[in-house]
Amino acid sequence: MSFLELTGVQKHFGPTVAVEDFNLAAERGEFVSFLGPSGCGKTTTLRMIAGFEVPTAGAIVLDGTDITHRPPNRRNVGMVFQSYALFPNMTVGDNVGFGLKVRKRPGDQIRKRVGELLELVHLGDKMARYPYQLSGGQQQRVALARALAFEPQVLLLDEPLSALDAKIRVSLRHEIRAIQRQLGITTVYVTHDQEEALSLSDRVVVMSEGRIEQIGSPFDVYNFPATGFVASFVGTLNVLPAVVVDPGGGGLSVAGQAFRINRPISARTGSTISLALRPEMVSLGEAGGENVLRGTVADVSFLGSIVRIRIQVAEGVVVTVDEFNEPTLVLPQLEASASISFPTEGPLVLESVPVIEPDDLIAEA
Amino acid sequence: MTIETRAPGVLDSLASSGRRRRLPRINPFAWLIFILGVLYFFLPLVGTFIHSTRTRPDIFLAYRQVFADSKFFVGLGYSFAVGVITIVVSLLIIVPTAYWVRLKVPRLRPVVEFVTLMPFVIPPVVLVFGLIRVYSSKPLVLTATNIGSDFVLVCAYVILSFPYMYRAVDTGLAAIDVRTLTEAAQSLGAGWARILWRVIFPNLRTALLSGAFLTMAIVIGEYTIANFLARTQAFGPYLSLLGRSQPYTPAAVSLISFGLTWLAMGAIAFLGRGARTRVQVAGAR
Ligand SMILES: Nc1ncnc2c1ncn2[C@@H]1O[C@H](COP(=O)(O)OP(=O)(O)OP(=O)(O)O)[C@@H](O)[C@H]1O
Ligand SMILES: [Mg+2]
Repeated sequence: MSFLELTGVQKHFGPTVAVEDFNLAAERGEFVSFLGPSGCGKTTTLRMIAGFEVPTAGAIVLDGTDITHRPPNRRNVGMVFQSYALFPNMTVGDNVGFGLKVRKRPGDQIRKRVGELLELVHLGDKMARYPYQLSGGQQQRVALARALAFEPQVLLLDEPLSALDAKIRVSLRHEIRAIQRQLGITTVYVTHDQEEALSLSDRVVVMSEGRIEQIGSPFDVYNFPATGFVASFVGTLNVLPAVVVDPGGGGLSVAGQAFRINRPISARTGSTISLALRPEMVSLGEAGGENVLRGTVADVSFLGSIVRIRIQVAEGVVVTVDEFNEPTLVLPQLEASASISFPTEGPLVLESVPVIEPDDLIAEA
Repeated sequence: MTIETRAPGVLDSLASSGRRRRLPRINPFAWLIFILGVLYFFLPLVGTFIHSTRTRPDIFLAYRQVFADSKFFVGLGYSFAVGVITIVVSLLIIVPTAYWVRLKVPRLRPVVEFVTLMPFVIPPVVLVFGLIRVYSSKPLVLTATNIGSDFVLVCAYVILSFPYMYRAVDTGLAAIDVRTLTEAAQSLGAGWARILWRVIFPNLRTALLSGAFLTMAIVIGEYTIANFLARTQAFGPYLSLLGRSQPYTPAAVSLISFGLTWLAMGAIAFLGRGARTRVQVAGAR
């Protein structure tokens, strides 16, 4: 039995289906992220775990106890909000001690615990400050300390870093992960930032329109996306429409240029399928694998450690290539002709993208 | 007249000193409006003061008489006490209501807002007649006893305070993220009473003070309802009675009560401030 289990959880707001059939089993101490575009139901699911929303159907079980209908103040769940939500009338110390005071712990015990937690988030000297005297990053660390102080069974974070600027976002997310590991607390983290989800989590739940698209480790979700949505949402993705030439041998062609993948294709000769190709799988020039496509340079953008080059292979078919930025790199000229190459194991066949059969094309024509 | 020659002079010097120090260039039209506003508020006070000192040869005779009159202190004390009770009752009704409406049923806000506006629609005379009709006959006879009448008076004043109190509180609630703060407190284990008392109330301090201030001002100056309920010791009726019998004392009484009211409210504001100075700053952000 898992520590936190959501079984068949649904949430409807009138006619809107915010979450449909959500199933998740998280182990004790696991760090799970909900990743998905805006409006896909991440917050709603988190709020059901916290008790702020009651599921329309399904059950939420925490450490063997069904908490589906328990009010939020009687669940033992810590929550960190995007807007920090510190109590403006209380000092940092009183904020962190609030949950302990509610639980009627003795004063000296509260003081000790508050001190420990502020040390943990590196704010030991800010005990007597008021929230408005702290920076955004410091406020969010206080909020984290406050959510952890009363030793909740689960820690919930709803886009805790999205109000902060890029530098602090990265350093604070490492800090959150380090603290989470140190305390071994089961954590659910909501974000629409794939980099955040991939770098932090033990497992990522990719969601779209209220449904779970895939649950897996960051490695699996990135390298073996289960659906077209996951493939396109996680990481940058090239989608190539290709015509099947030789299904058994993995032979394909795009705009008359032939190439091959290392698996058989379950589609008929002459039909068009969608292929996903990660930018880092593709190299500029002809040395990157046995598949070579020719085209013209459509765009070159300099992104710091990498250079992103877009090559137009055919009308409406553009492939993005990432090259490491080295001093020896010669940037291609716009409009110049160029070739790209990739290995036969590079392209993924996308399952959920409709496959166009030749018969359909005939019927349409 | 003395008023007109003196007052603008004072204001001019005020204005020019302000200009010299830290307002290098400011719209002259803005100054005009400001000066007109100040005149509008202060001329009646100045006029009242001048009138109250027309007792010759002893120009402070009126003031001396007021302080010698125990009815003055009784009246002011009574009205102040009624005011404090009114404020407490009004707050206990309005704060949870406004909070709940904002949190749970925002659709009903216009309705609640309209209900609190009733005292502007129903004249006090009508209100007090209605109250007397209902509460002087069975089954609930309240106006027969003093304490019963006091009770009806407080109830009437609580209703009168609604428009001011509700608006002040609602504005205060708009300035804080009520919903997220509530949820944060809930997730930390707090129940409704604690959330209201420890999280919502303290963050509404400024708003509550202004609501309380307005309520006190209304109660101290109210005449109609107090008179019809035979609360003649209240400050309004006392002042009116005085005005009928003596020429100069009412002016002195008005000024003294004005000063005392401001002093009392200032004291409340100051005392409240002592404990949590910094809340003000946070709220003002
Ligand atoms: N209280 C509510 N009443 C009605 N509809 C709601 C309510 N809360 C959420 N929804 C709807 O449910 C869907 C999911 O919302 P949710 O807030 O969970 O999305 P999200 O994944 O957190 O998005 P974001 O990344 O923008 O925060 C949306 O279509 C939203 O409009
Ligand atoms: Mg959200």
